[in-house]
Amino acid sequence: MDAGIVIITSLIYLILLFGVAIYGNKMSKSGNSIVNNPYVYSLSLAVYCTVWTFYGSVGRAADSGLAYVPVYLGPTIMAPIWYMVMRKIILISKQLRVTSIADFLSSRYGKSTFIGALTTIILVFGIIPYISIQLKAIGYSFDIITNQGNEQGFWDSSTFYRDKVNYFAILLAVFTILFGTRSLDPNERHEGLITAIALESIVKLVAFLAGGIFVVYFLYDGLEDVFLQASKHPDTAELLTLNPSPEAATNWFWVLILSAVSVMFLPRQFHVSVVENTNVSFVRQASWLFPLYLFLISFFVLPIAIAGKLSLPAGSEPDMFVLSLPLLYGHEWLALLVYIGGFSAAASMVVVSVISLSIMVSNNLLMPLLIRTRTASIEGYALLSDRLLYIRRIVIIVILFLAYGFYKSVSNNFPLVSIGLISFTAILQLAPAVIGGIYWSRANKKGAIAGLIAGFFIWFITLPLPTLAESGIISPNLVENGYFSISWLRPYALFGLENVDRISNACIWSMIFNVGLFVIVSILSTQDVEELAQGDIYVNIEKYSNAPELEVIHREASVQKLKQLLVRYLGSAKTRNLLKTYDGTLSVKNDDNASQEFINYVEKILTGAFGSASSRLLLSTDIRQQNVTLEQLNELLNQTKEILEYSHALEEKTAELTKTTQELAEVNTQLTQLDVLKAEFISTVTHELRTPITAIRSFAQMMAKKDDLDPEKKREFLNIILKECDRIKRLINQVLEVEKIDAEIITIEDFASLDNTIKLALKRLQPQIEDLKVDLIYNGSSKHDMIKLDEDKLLQVMLNLLSNALKFCASENGIIRIGLKINELERSATLSVYNNGQYIAKEFQHTIFEKFTQVKDGNLAKPEGSGLGLYITRKFVEQAGGQVSFDSSEKGGTTFYLNFPLHNEEKS
Amino acid sequence: MVSQASKKILIVDDEPNIVLALKYLMEDAGFDVYCAYNGDEAVDIVSDLMPDLIILDVMMPGRDGFSVAKYIRNREELSNTIILFLTAKGTSKDKMQGYDSGAESYIVKPFDNDEIVEKVQEALGVII
Repeated sequence: MDAGIVIITSLIYLILLFGVAIYGNKMSKSGNSIVNNPYVYSLSLAVYCTVWTFYGSVGRAADSGLAYVPVYLGPTIMAPIWYMVMRKIILISKQLRVTSIADFLSSRYGKSTFIGALTTIILVFGIIPYISIQLKAIGYSFDIITNQGNEQGFWDSSTFYRDKVNYFAILLAVFTILFGTRSLDPNERHEGLITAIALESIVKLVAFLAGGIFVVYFLYDGLEDVFLQASKHPDTAELLTLNPSPEAATNWFWVLILSAVSVMFLPRQFHVSVVENTNVSFVRQASWLFPLYLFLISFFVLPIAIAGKLSLPAGSEPDMFVLSLPLLYGHEWLALLVYIGGFSAAASMVVVSVISLSIMVSNNLLMPLLIRTRTASIEGYALLSDRLLYIRRIVIIVILFLAYGFYKSVSNNFPLVSIGLISFTAILQLAPAVIGGIYWSRANKKGAIAGLIAGFFIWFITLPLPTLAESGIISPNLVENGYFSISWLRPYALFGLENVDRISNACIWSMIFNVGLFVIVSILSTQDVEELAQGDIYVNIEKYSNAPELEVIHREASVQKLKQLLVRYLGSAKTRNLLKTYDGTLSVKNDDNASQEFINYVEKILTGAFGSASSRLLLSTDIRQQNVTLEQLNELLNQTKEILEYSHALEEKTAELTKTTQELAEVNTQLTQLDVLKAEFISTVTHELRTPITAIRSFAQMMAKKDDLDPEKKREFLNIILKECDRIKRLINQVLEVEKIDAEIITIEDFASLDNTIKLALKRLQPQIEDLKVDLIYNGSSKHDMIKLDEDKLLQVMLNLLSNALKFCASENGIIRIGLKINELERSATLSVYNNGQYIAKEFQHTIFEKFTQVKDGNLAKPEGSGLGLYITRKFVEQAGGQVSFDSSEKGGTTFYLNFPLHNEEKS
Repeated sequence: MVSQASKKILIVDDEPNIVLALKYLMEDAGFDVYCAYNGDEAVDIVSDLMPDLIILDVMMPGRDGFSVAKYIRNREELSNTIILFLTAKGTSKDKMQGYDSGAESYIVKPFDNDEIVEKVQEALGVII
């Protein structure tokens, strides 16, 4: 394809991006923020996917099969941890207006200038190789698409002005300056930039998927076909297998760790996920949306690698397969789309990385120097904020120039991924200080410095230096012979650690020294006041979410002076705006002595713009201040701790009280229910008493009035009176029985035979059974059937169940079946009493064994009795260690079941 | 003087012994007595029977006394039938409900034999 078309397309694309960014900014200012939603946030996180993902993963897959996977897998399997850690980091950063990872560490360790500068240096060294591979990939992809690799055209890189990569670097520098240094925002938020980054994430995903779909579905018949073809060639078949060696496993492990850490702490990741975050709750959605993105963009990596190896001529650059394949088959426009995708991936990475690096270099490295040399605070100079922007522009140019240099001298000789991993390993060095900083309150400045320096040093001698050596820049014998020609100082096999790859070697040793020194020095040394206070904020951020931070410095200044300070550093327009926001909550008069709250507010504004260490320095040059002593701070910390504990205790007490109140209310309801039941019971009992008394009274009166009553009638009347008297007696007995059951602790001494008792009950009920013409079947049992219950009680149980069955069975052709099953193995007996009557209505089913429950159903016969029979039955069965249950269906009648444990002993 | 023999009385109660006692009492007083042992049974026969008076127990399974009374009051052919409630309960609320459903009078269990006979005679306008 013609180089002109490619260049113009690239330019148009950049202009389009810039337009989107301006649009995003405009929307943000008008209050219709585009970035204020979890989807744009998740897409902006995909700045993680650079040319490494876009081109490098295919190269890695073509070289060593599935080894490309851990870089995607790391962030994915760490998503839950990522969620927890990032949530905390975002909360802390918002509270303290932290704008970079260097500032995050500096602030944690006592607003230490040194830590901020050290972190910045590590990151600059660590990220420059990473930026360089972006330049390399853009240049390389340009060569491939314009077919420059084969014919020596104008862009032969022979001189500086003939090297197109150099122009890309300049283009990106301009672009970054336009995007990132337009004005100094106290929160370092660039909504326009984020909108553009999100768009780029879509573009690169679409481009890569298009390339993948072309390969899989147009060159081959789907995924199955690709893998089938791959398995036929030994060259590609091996890509499909996992390398089972321990060496490969170690590499997998460390790359997983590296990618999981990098996705959090790479400067550009920190910038998009923390600094640009508009709502902390987005982190939750991002924790599955972002892995989903990674899954999609990695889906076609292996098929493309296979197709490239099978179709492209030997010696083709594997890193460029995704671009070469469409070209090979003459699909130039698809190739152009893929090229733009790669360009997108590179541009977004470079822009965000360089912006965040420029913030760190200016705020954490150069500002402290300026302030210390007092050049910053001399009046009459240009606004500090403006000067800061100039500084940042220069920093951006320098960083890109350095990256270009690294590309020219080193990156050209290595695959994309191997250089990328060098950067990841540098990022890993920050992990102990960051993670320790937010979860371990004893972590301190000295420990962090020791760990960072040690880790950085090991990283430097095990990765970048030998890489330079291999590129021939420094002594090339270094790798084979070791430093100072000492064999156990060989950089890729440090301290004689053989059989691990260079990345694992670097990770293992740097982590041993980094974590080891960080922990040991932290434990052995003490913290100063500022560290203690900041550490408390970091570790217990929840505590500060609605409470002011601790005062570690007593400062005195007039409001007038603070305002002058802000104007001097930020300009009068911005200062007026900021004070307006503050005035919303508190009025600030010029002649007042500033409150500590106002001084803190000013410091926070300055922190957002210049970093925490720098702003502290700025204030200290203008304001009288006195440090709190360690004892005072400890007292403060204890006080907040006490307040926290006290409020915790209060919460617990409140919860307890609420619980008690609920319990009381429940008891009250129960008592009320019981009262209602008792009232009903008394009403039922009196009704049941009145009925027999009515009959008795009436017949007695008749007999008393008529002396000449027929003797037969007389006998009939007397029999009725006797029967009714029995009824009264029975009722009274049952009521008394219930009272006894409820009041007494019953000890059972006697045993009874189930079979015998059933027969006894049947004998008693014989007249009624004959009266009602019920078909009653009981086969009896000769097996051992002793249960532990007084025979009287068992008899009452039987009588209750059987008279119920008689009462409720069908009025014509009534059927009752009694079954007794003995399970000798389980030593239990099941007694069932079936009747073919109407079923028991649902509303009564769950209370049928409760006291006072009477089945009141129109379809049933009159509920004779007190509602106590089944309650007494249940209680007696339970006394024997048994259980009652029943089964009632609309069609099949009702069966009551009694389950008893059997006892061996005869009467004791 | 109206002949007692022409007066038909229906006794409705789910307690057989109370029905029996009332039956003896009313027969002794010279009425023509019929019996039913629950509300449904009473409703089944009442239209054909066209009794002059019903002694109706309130608390019965199935159709209770009030429901039977309402049924009767809704039948034109039974507009002359007098209803006498019989109940073990004696609260004013129950009484109100009784009169609302068209009851002539009210007798509380346990009753006095003479009293109930008098009440029935009075209701029927029968002079001894």
